[in-house]
Amino acid sequence: MNWTNLFKIALKAIANNKTRAFLTMLGIIIGVAAVITMIAIGQGAKQSIQKEISSMGSNIIMIHPGGDRRGGVRLSADEMQTLKIEDYEALRNECIYVTALSPNVSAAGQLISGNNNYPASVSGVGTEYLKIRQLEIADGEMFTEHEVKSSAKVCVIGKTIVDNLFPDGRNPIGETIRINQVPLRVVGVLEAKGYNSMGMDQDEIVLAPYTTVMKRLLAVTYLQGIFASAISEDMTDYATDEIEEILRRQHRLKEDEPDDFMIRSQQELSEMMDTTTNILTTLLACIAGISLLVGGIGIMNIMYVSVTERTREIGLRMSVGARGIDILVQFLIEAILISITGGIIGIIFGGTICACVNWLANWPVSIQTWSVVLSFVVCTVTGVFFGWYPAKKAAALDPIDALRYE
Amino acid sequence: MKKVIELQNIKRDFVVGDETVHALRGVSFDISEGEFVTIMGASGSGKSTMLNILGCLDTPTSGEYLLDSIPVKTMSKSQRAVLRNRKIGFVFQNYNLLPKSTAIENVELPLMYNSGIGGTERRSRAIEALKAVGLGDRLNHKSNQMSGGQMQRVAIARALVNNPSVILADEATGNLDTRTSFEILVLLQKLHAEGRTIIFVTHNPDIALYSSRNIRLRDGHIIEDTVNTDIQSAEKTLASLPVSEDD
Repeated sequence: MNWTNLFKIALKAIANNKTRAFLTMLGIIIGVAAVITMIAIGQGAKQSIQKEISSMGSNIIMIHPGGDRRGGVRLSADEMQTLKIEDYEALRNECIYVTALSPNVSAAGQLISGNNNYPASVSGVGTEYLKIRQLEIADGEMFTEHEVKSSAKVCVIGKTIVDNLFPDGRNPIGETIRINQVPLRVVGVLEAKGYNSMGMDQDEIVLAPYTTVMKRLLAVTYLQGIFASAISEDMTDYATDEIEEILRRQHRLKEDEPDDFMIRSQQELSEMMDTTTNILTTLLACIAGISLLVGGIGIMNIMYVSVTERTREIGLRMSVGARGIDILVQFLIEAILISITGGIIGIIFGGTICACVNWLANWPVSIQTWSVVLSFVVCTVTGVFFGWYPAKKAAALDPIDALRYE
Repeated sequence: MKKVIELQNIKRDFVVGDETVHALRGVSFDISEGEFVTIMGASGSGKSTMLNILGCLDTPTSGEYLLDSIPVKTMSKSQRAVLRNRKIGFVFQNYNLLPKSTAIENVELPLMYNSGIGGTERRSRAIEALKAVGLGDRLNHKSNQMSGGQMQRVAIARALVNNPSVILADEATGNLDTRTSFEILVLLQKLHAEGRTIIFVTHNPDIALYSSRNIRLRDGHIIEDTVNTDIQSAEKTLASLPVSEDD
């Protein structure tokens, strides 16, 4: 077998009919580009929906004291004293499925600033609280770790508090507000979040270092709760188990003793997340499947037609002494060259379309490696197969029949 | 003289639907080196079938065919392809050139399938063959830029390039006007004079005047096999033709 000559013949055949080669390639280019683009847009949509849901706090885990019983009377969680700072520190040091952790204590009272006042409760939290609740600072800054350690008299307030305590539109940063005789300096204002689905005003919020609230406002040594945020929604269960294990050990609970704390996650939200993700994944699979099918059929048709219309050429080549295998190898080389070139152009083209969609329509796109590989492989394999199959049929014809083919 | 072709009681049947068509019903003849044989017959006389068998494009149902003393009947398709490549040059009625390819690429084609011949030799042999048919000045013309006569010359050059034992022409002048037909005949006579073996299948009885031997077929039998002792010169006939207004 003379590979060099057959390669030359194949190249010559492509060069001699650039339009046909381009049209054939176009089938593959469009097939690959369509799959990559559709998947990228779908995946982009999926990710942005996931992000929306997580911003509602679907990975939040709440730990409350509980299970304590005194003389058969169940106590309210607020009055129980089983969660300590040490528990928080143990979790902080040992948890691996948790990205952010914050203690929670709260003190209710009347906030006073100048001659304005407003009833609210001050939440004593750690610096990571913002991350857990997906809160953003609009103005000023969050209190620092140092201010937490030194029980500094500082606070960060929400929009509702600003509106009520500073109705004259003064910049609240640097101002002092008082609660239960304790002055707190405002260091930051939170981005407005509006009402949540339960109709609660999420901007009616005052955050202060948990040390300040515990020591200066409440004079207690226990925590009312700990907030944590799991690495991701699907890791919430692992994080919950991990927290339970650490707390049981911290509290020296025996095998048969029940937990003296409660762990709650945002189950409803994470279920919604799961359902949405599943629907979107199925949708994406359908899009990919249909795009591949349509692309594949397109490639199949154009390859089949372009090889079939060359039956006479095949007959001629055979009459001057090409063997069946020579014909097959030539067409296989042509199909491989066209398919791979088309596939590569398709990848570039798909990437460009994605960039354009992202830039012009401002849609989120996310190009997936698997979609690139899958579409490239499926399209080139289809291209090569349907270049090879009709060539095989033509090469098996008698040269005279091939020559007379209309 | 060495025998190039030996046919012994060749039969070829085709099955069309329920019927069997006997295209050749026992044909025997030998062709020696250097003969210019015309094979004639009306449509359906079996001459195309004969040509396909002679050209190793088809195999007989029964009987023996020796090409250069090589039995063809038992050969596989690939073996016959190689045999065609080395021993036979085809000239078709409709030229069958590669579209959009230059004269030289068309002539090189048979040598491309012969791995024993390198690129330089292939090119020089193609140029030589094109010169032999009088197209030395049109090496790089594409097939769609040429006239019918020129295309047929390219086809003849392609048939010559592998230095075959026999050149098989199938109605090689069928698509050409009288003048161009005679130009092609002059060329074939010239090749014959150089010692080539040529088999020309046609239904045009005039061509028999210019060949050295004429075989006539009817209904799958040979009805006449005569040696032409008075070969006409195609060149003279061409000179006597009125010059057409187009030229």
